[in-house]
This record gives sequence, structure tokens and C-alpha cells, in this order.
Amino acid sequence: MKFIDFVSREAIRTSIEVNEKEEVIRAMATALLEAGKVSKDQHDSIVDAILKREELGSTGIGRGVAVPHTKHPSVNELVGTVAVSGEGVDFDSLDGEKVHLLFLLVSPPDRPGDHLRALENISRQLRDETFCRFLKQSKTPDDVWQLLEEADNNRFV
Amino acid sequence: MDSPVHEKKVVITNPQGLHARPAELFARLALQFDSEIEVIRDSLRVDAKSILHVLTLGAAQGTELTLCARGADAQEALEALVRLVHSDFATDETMSQERSG
Repeated sequence: MKFIDFVSREAIRTSIEVNEKEEVIRAMATALLEAGKVSKDQHDSIVDAILKREELGSTGIGRGVAVPHTKHPSVNELVGTVAVSGEGVDFDSLDGEKVHLLFLLVSPPDRPGDHLRALENISRQLRDETFCRFLKQSKTPDDVWQLLEEADNNRFV
Repeated sequence: MDSPVHEKKVVITNPQGLHARPAELFARLALQFDSEIEVIRDSLRVDAKSILHVLTLGAAQGTELTLCARGADAQEALEALVRLVHSDFATDETMSQERSG
């Protein structure tokens, strides 16, 4: 699965003003709402579900990356977005590092395979230090999108 | 000090596969051992102590993995990790949380 298959270009954010875990997750869900990927009346429910998932264990997977996610019956396909935080977000990651790069995923309950393939893609690409560093340095959503496209075309791995 | 390499094969049995929560539990458990531990899927060989690495396996239900450990507590480590996988990651609750609201 490629980035462009699940990342909503219109929901990418590089200038999030908040740096607290819950607020960042809320801001990313709002970005998906503004991009028309989730419905308004499901927004709060999605945020709650993602936060509940975080309570089970942080989705900070190391190297300054987090993948907050949930299953949610209101989506028909896997939807996702990317946020870049210059300041960093305290995410209780396994390696203790602050998170600068977030991939938020909302998937339909009956499609665990898609979710797994998205995670596989994100983690495989982010193992490349150059890609990871470039993404964290992105100043605009267009920068992020361009990097994702380049990664999809195997420029980094 | 050269310790022998221990190997064990294990098949992922939980329906959701090795997604974020199982990968975290797996890496966390691996971190408790001093041995070097790797997970192998076909030609892919990754560090068992990194969530990022474990996730790159994209291991769905039915995937066979080979666990490979070297060190004083290698055997113990492999047994613990296989137990974790066989437990279907104790409670595979992560992706089963569904809200109808």
C-alpha cells in the first residue's frame, strides 16, 4: 500500500499550534473533517476512540514518529493524514523521544489487512533516515505530499 | 564472547496480525533481554527490540516468522516471545475497540 492510497492531501498539517498529545490528535481529526474525510457528527467519537486506544499503550513507535489510530464504523475505507510538529509532542514513546511526525489512521472495522499494510508502509519508509529527516523538516503540506510521492516511487528505499 | 545462535519459528495466529499494539508488546518484551534478537520474514531481517522494525514485517494472521537470538538469555528470550505470540498477544483488544456512536 502506498502513502497516496490512504493519506488525504487536504488534511496534511505542518503548522499545528498545539503540542499536547490530546490536542494534536484532535487537530488532526479536525483536519480530516475539513478535508471531508470524516463526518462532523462522528468527529468527537473518532477522537475519543483514538484517545482510548492511546490509553492501552502509546502509538509512539520510535524515531520521533507516532501512529495514533482507531477502527471506526463511520468510514468505508482507510483514511489518514500526516502532521509535522516542529516543537515536538510528548507521546510516552518507547524510546522516550518527543514525537515530530504523526500519521493518524482511521480504518473500517472489517479491514484489518489494510490497516496492517498502511502501518507496514509507514514503518518501512520511516526506517530511512533521510526520508524521516526531510519529512520532519517539511514547512508546508505540499512539501510533505511531495516527499510521500517520492517515497511511493521508491526514492528512499 | 561468542554464544550460539538460537532459532525458533512461530506463526502469527491473532486475526488482526502484528499491528501496532502487538508490535509494541513484542518489542517491549524483547527489550527485557540482553540477547540480540532478530525477526526474520522471508528475506527481511529486523531488530525485535524496535517497534518500527517489527511493524515493517507487515505480518498478517498466518505469517510464519523466524526468531533468532544470540546471548546468554537467548533461549529464555525466544521462549517468552513465542509464548506472547501464541497468547494472541494476551488480549488483542487494540483494534477491537469499536464505537457505534
